[in-house]
Amino acid sequence: MAGGIDISDFYIFILAGFLGYQLISRIPPLLHTPLMSATNAISGISLIGSIAIAGENYDLVTNILAFIAVVCSTINVVGGFLITDKILKMFKRDTHSKGMKS
Amino acid sequence: MTLLQFCYLFSAVLFILGVRALSSPETARRGMNLAAFGMLVAIIGTLFGKHIVSYSWIIAGLIVGTLLSLPISLWIPMTKIPQRIAFSHAGGALAACLIGVAEYYRYRYSLDSAHMGVIAVEVMLGALTFTGSLVVAGKLHGVLPGHPITYKGQNTVNISLFFAMVAIVLYLMFNPEMNALFYILLSCAFLFGLFLVAPIGAADMPVVIALFNSYGGLTGAIMGFMLGNRIQIITGALDGASGFILSILMCKAMNRSMTNVLFGAFGKIQEDKSENQPGRKQDAHEPKSLSIEETLEFFEHIKSVIIVPGYGMAASQAHHALRELADKLKAKGVSVKYAIHPVAGRMPGHMNVLLAEANVPYTDLFDMDEINPEFQHTDLALVVGANDVTNPAARYVKSSPIYGMPILDVDKAKKVIICKRSLAPGFSGIENELYTNNHAWLLFGDAKDTLTKLAYGFKRGW
Repeated sequence: MAGGIDISDFYIFILAGFLGYQLISRIPPLLHTPLMSATNAISGISLIGSIAIAGENYDLVTNILAFIAVVCSTINVVGGFLITDKILKMFKRDTHSKGMKS
Repeated sequence: MTLLQFCYLFSAVLFILGVRALSSPETARRGMNLAAFGMLVAIIGTLFGKHIVSYSWIIAGLIVGTLLSLPISLWIPMTKIPQRIAFSHAGGALAACLIGVAEYYRYRYSLDSAHMGVIAVEVMLGALTFTGSLVVAGKLHGVLPGHPITYKGQNTVNISLFFAMVAIVLYLMFNPEMNALFYILLSCAFLFGLFLVAPIGAADMPVVIALFNSYGGLTGAIMGFMLGNRIQIITGALDGASGFILSILMCKAMNRSMTNVLFGAFGKIQEDKSENQPGRKQDAHEPKSLSIEETLEFFEHIKSVIIVPGYGMAASQAHHALRELADKLKAKGVSVKYAIHPVAGRMPGHMNVLLAEANVPYTDLFDMDEINPEFQHTDLALVVGANDVTNPAARYVKSSPIYGMPILDVDKAKKVIICKRSLAPGFSGIENELYTNNHAWLLFGDAKDTLTKLAYGFKRGW
């Protein structure tokens, strides 16, 4: 466990929360599903915490717990980005009837 | 500043840019590639960190995780996205929970109050999000019963359990070495997740998925506090804010208050529904029905149509046929728009994805607020598989369980055609007044079948 709990961590949390609120309020409902899968992928960043614990090789119990955590987070990271891209790839502009409207 | 910290800072910037890019479908894909690159940088940086002494468990975990992730992302049908997302919430929360357990197990005799509190909250939130999300996924997938599971005194049980957990957390903060209590807390939290979601019906899942998205984010942020890892705090806060906003939007779309969600009191509303249902209204008009041929005649004389899709449409795989019909109409010069209610699908934005899958251009998809003023100028509204979100009773029937819920103003269109299998009430079990409206016609039959026939008939007749 690295160091104590730093008060500046709370500042970071609060500021990031406000930033998130601002950013996400601007996302149209059209993209809310990819937004959820994207935040899912990004929150897979807990993988780095899991890797850190798995790599410390403390004893079998922590290793197994961290191994499961690495598996779960990897699923979120890899799967999350893949499915977000798969969804976003489907969103297309209206190409063929563009000429007709005008 | 070490190289690793620089990597994390760089990734954090890319994540924020990635989320920002999601504000438009034009930039979204590029933004996500940036975020994925940021993730790669963070992971590689961590792998070369100086604390890592053994790679065997890490590499095994990375390989197993990658292999497991492929089937649930590449070959999953779009109708099943909600349960898949709920499932990932469960996975992410479990990871954070287990790391909390590992840290407690290792440091239990040397923890100070602050760290103990953080670990306890992380494990509690992670565990309840894990089981809760699994129940959500189960209900959406149809493995678990979709109807609310309620019993007498349920709220009392849930609230007492919650306060018991808070008490344990407080006690542990001053007595971190109380091993047994920690594992009791863990078990209570697993149970609490189950109890929390059990009374919630499948119709309310959009709110709950978003809420667990938020909880998952918070768990990640708390894990960041525990490990002193700031990038996890930042992403956790982003994720938490995102889930929070989405759950508020879903609440508004269903006319539920946030407190109602936070305290899991969905059960009450469900009870009201059943009371109100029988013999509620005797209307003078009988619903009128149409044949395919008559419908085609309707289509001959229209200039504009708004299509109102519901989940039933996607469930019966009718969206491809619908798009074909829309293409034919467009080719004839009819303006075609889609009206998307926020809760049209099973999760926020789900219906947009389903239509995009059927190659409907996103420029034809409109939110409720955008499209509602347009109904009165529209010749025809075609309702396919949507029910409660079109029920005018939500506007003025105070006794109706959906009273106050924002609806699509379908009844204001000049003519309304409702594609429906039968007159049976929808998901919530409420009769729809729209069906007995003077300028509304019902087109009975399986949605896919009917739409295919319409698309084909249209081609022939024109």
